Order: sequence, then C-alpha cells, then structure tokens
Amino acid sequence: MTRILGISGSLRRDSHNTSLLRAAAEAARPDVELELYDGLKQVPPYDEDDDVYPRAASVARLNAAIANADAVLFATPEYNASIPGQLKNAIDWVSRPVATNVLRNKPVLVVGASTGAFGAAWAQAELRKVLAALGARVLDVELPVPHAHTRFEDGGLTDDGIRASLAEAVEALTAEIRGREGMRVVA
Amino acid sequence: MSTPILTVAPAGAWNLDLVHSRVDFEVSYLAGRFKGEFHEIGAELTVDGSRASLEGTAQVASVDVKDENLSAHLQSPDFFDAERHPELRFAAQDIPLDGDGKVSVDGELTIKGVTKPVAVTGTVTAPISDPYGNDRIGLNLTTKIDRTDFGVDWNNPLPSGEPSLANDVTILAELQFVKPGGETS
Repeated sequence: MTRILGISGSLRRDSHNTSLLRAAAEAARPDVELELYDGLKQVPPYDEDDDVYPRAASVARLNAAIANADAVLFATPEYNASIPGQLKNAIDWVSRPVATNVLRNKPVLVVGASTGAFGAAWAQAELRKVLAALGARVLDVELPVPHAHTRFEDGGLTDDGIRASLAEAVEALTAEIRGREGMRVVA
Repeated sequence: MSTPILTVAPAGAWNLDLVHSRVDFEVSYLAGRFKGEFHEIGAELTVDGSRASLEGTAQVASVDVKDENLSAHLQSPDFFDAERHPELRFAAQDIPLDGDGKVSVDGELTIKGVTKPVAVTGTVTAPISDPYGNDRIGLNLTTKIDRTDFGVDWNNPLPSGEPSLANDVTILAELQFVKPGGETS
C-alpha cells in the first residue's frame, strides 16, 4: 500500500483546499491511501529556543506523519500572494535539522485552490521553491483551481476537468514513489 | 616537433593512489569562487603502448563543502540528486603518454545520469620509480562544463536579477596511478 500524506494549508473547516485533498483521495488508485493531516493548527510558532528534544507533541506528530508517508501532497491557498503563515511555520519546524529533515528526498506534489482567478498559482510556486530548498523531490506540476467557490458542492468537487487533472497529478506522484523504490538511500 | 620527454609506461592496469589524488570542483558564486572536493573517488588507468584510457568515479555523498546543510542541499534533487544518481563518472580513451606531457583529449562525463562529451586538458607526468619499488604516473586533468547541460539547474537571483551561481563549473582531477613492482611487469 502506498501512503500519501495530504496537508491542507487552510485551517478553515469548509476549506476548498481540504476538499481538494479529499477529491485527490477519491481520484487515487485503490492501492494508494491518502491520509489528511488534521493537526496543522496545533503547531506552535517556530522559536529556536523551543526547538529542543523532545519536541512539542504537535511538532513531533507532524514530523512522524511526514516520515511515515511515502509522499506528501500539499494543497495551499494563497494569502497575499504567498503561502499561508501557518503552513510555512509548520514546514519551518520540520525543516530542522536541515541536513536530515524528513522532507529530504521525499516526493512532494503541490496543488492549490483560491476563490480568485489564478488558483493560488503564486503560493504554489513559492511552496515548491521552499520544498526544493529542503531537498524534497518536488514534482514539476502546477494545479491551480481558480474560482474555487464554484467548483465544490457540499465539499465535493464538481469540476470534471479538475478531477482529471488531479487524478493525473496524483498518478505522477505515485509514479515518483515507485521510481524511488529499490533506490539506495544515501545517508 | 617537440621532443618526447615521456618514456613508455608498462602496459596494463594502473591503480589509483587514493591518498595522493583528489577531485575538486570550482564555480563562481556570489562575489567569489566556491570550491568543493569529492573525497570518495576511484579510477583506473589502462596503459597500452603509448596510449592510456582512464575511467573514474566520484561519490556524490562524499562531497565536502565545510557546511553540512550545504552538503545536504548538494545531495538533493536541486543539485546532484544523490539518491537517484549517487555517482559521477568520467571516461577518456587515447590519452597520449608519449608527447610533451600535455594532454588534450575528449572524454565522457556523467552527472545526474546525463552523459555528455567534454574536452579535457592537462598534463601527464612521465612514469617514475618511487622509493617503494612501484612505478607511478601523474595525471592532472581539467574540464569546464555548463552544469545546466547535466540538469543541475539551481539558482538564486541576486537583487540585480543576475544569477548568484554561475553555470560554468571547472572540474579538476589530480591523480597519481601506481603499478606495483612495475619494473618486473
């Protein structure tokens, strides 16, 4: 079973990005399990003074969830042309220590939804840049979902075009995981 | 015509003297030249008459750049992607051992799984007998590559908009090869 961790950058209960991750879970092949991470809100502000072991439970849990997943799928909204602060803050936590962080070599896919016309394209680009800097295996895929409030009904994706793009992107992520299997992991 | 200064080296495989050999790279970064070394290297020189062929490797994981975070970044898909492509490889045929000591040959370099022809220049030192009964050949080789030809594309723009990291990278190999008991082989 292939395990993908889905992390939504939006904390809102009826978040379009969380709905997008649910749609991705439905679009994935039966041998792919996509788990939605639900603890982003509990991650405290990054402070190096607090970055001591054992770490806060909320941080340790996020770190373990990423470590135990074969890949991570991020769905990000766009706040003021960039990544939501809480998502960036969580990534800042798991980025430490940089040389051995859990996102290193981890296949990651970034998608995003916004109610505007560009579908969080800038936030996705920034998130891909941040993840690449940490050594993640970032898929060269952009999946913007513009006018997100018109694409979902009761949390379900109603746009078949986006559903097809999402399925294709998750398939690419799955292929990236398969490509990694059997590789020698360089410490 | 230059006078040959090299003597004929014993034929066969010559082994790399790891202690007295190194492979480095240099690239312009920000306001200066940035240098790194690959600690784990391997090479074999095969001599046949007045010609030699060289095959060498460098392990990406062994790159030493003084800072572990930078080293980790170099291992990542942004740069060498060590997980998928743990080894750099180089091969050259027809290295002349009977000229004036100057080497100018075409070789093949593999970085990040991409193999490209490269022009290599340098020097070869005549076979000498060392104090321990071995024959030795010294080979100093340099090549300049465009790293983006090999898919090593990372950059970070300066406030001026110019890239902070140059595309041209110089690779330097200073190699000594040993043939045990060469005089009897």
